[in-house]
Amino acid sequence: MSLLEFCQWLGTTQGSVALHESIWAYPIIESVHVLTLCLFLGLTVMLDLRLLGVTMVRTPASEVFQRLLPWTIVGFAVMVATGALLFFAIPVKTYLNIFFRIKVAFLLLAGVNVAVFQRTISRSMQRWDTDPVPPFRARLAAALSLVLWAGIVVAGRMIAYNWFEKNS
Amino acid sequence: MSVLSFFTWCESTWLGDAIRDSRWLFPAIESVHLLGLAVIGGAVLVMNLRLLGLGIRRQPVAQLWRDTRPWLVGSLAVMLISGMLLFTSEATKLYYHGAFWVKMISLLLAMLYTFTVMRKVALADPGRVGPVWGRAAALISILLWSTVGVCGRWIGFS
Repeated sequence: MSLLEFCQWLGTTQGSVALHESIWAYPIIESVHVLTLCLFLGLTVMLDLRLLGVTMVRTPASEVFQRLLPWTIVGFAVMVATGALLFFAIPVKTYLNIFFRIKVAFLLLAGVNVAVFQRTISRSMQRWDTDPVPPFRARLAAALSLVLWAGIVVAGRMIAYNWFEKNS
Repeated sequence: MSVLSFFTWCESTWLGDAIRDSRWLFPAIESVHLLGLAVIGGAVLVMNLRLLGLGIRRQPVAQLWRDTRPWLVGSLAVMLISGMLLFTSEATKLYYHGAFWVKMISLLLAMLYTFTVMRKVALADPGRVGPVWGRAAALISILLWSTVGVCGRWIGFS
């Protein structure tokens, strides 16, 4: 079964049809997805800005991470759950949408960025914890994160516009 | 000049025309509005989580207020400018949209509240504002800003 066939099958399931045709459920899920941006991305941006050394420079980086990272994880879980439901409601059109594909690609890159950060420079955080401006590798990870997430937000918004829709 | 005729005039300016006629301008400005949303959300939440005792705890409230304020003010400016551009392209439609008016009133209240009450709570001597008052102040702030956000999303559903 190809991915497209899977999406076609997904679109015929009872839940997908019900969600697609719902008057309230779809807009509510979409609204939760957009507004959780404040919790997830808002705090992720604040973490990145701390790593760049442009905000909360007197607060140790480890304190910012320990206290705010759990919230970003909660926000991310809500984002993934609501995002999956939005995809589930309109699978084929979304799968064929160029902006959706860009968004997925950027999400994967953002994930790689986090993984690299955690396995490298983050391990020595104790050494630069109280530095107002963290080392280059940390700033690079933060800058990449900001660029990738900005791309994800813009691509996500553009999924609503089917400008380059392929024929399904 | 009535409010409605002012709104209609805004929409008829070359700016309103240009945004409405372009295929990509509206979504581009909307994207900037969304990016601003993330930053303002982050700045507001860092402060409010601190007051609620659910975020950064060891730093003084006043210090976090000063650290996050430039990002709050900057993102608010981005939001206001991009929001006004979006407004000019569909002002007449917004005039008849209840969510738009609720959003504008709650936005005004949220800004007033943030730069008067929240500022005062943040900069007060730590001993003078009890934790209960700090929590109440944070909850009101979250409530006001959330109303702005929810109504903003609701404007899109017409």
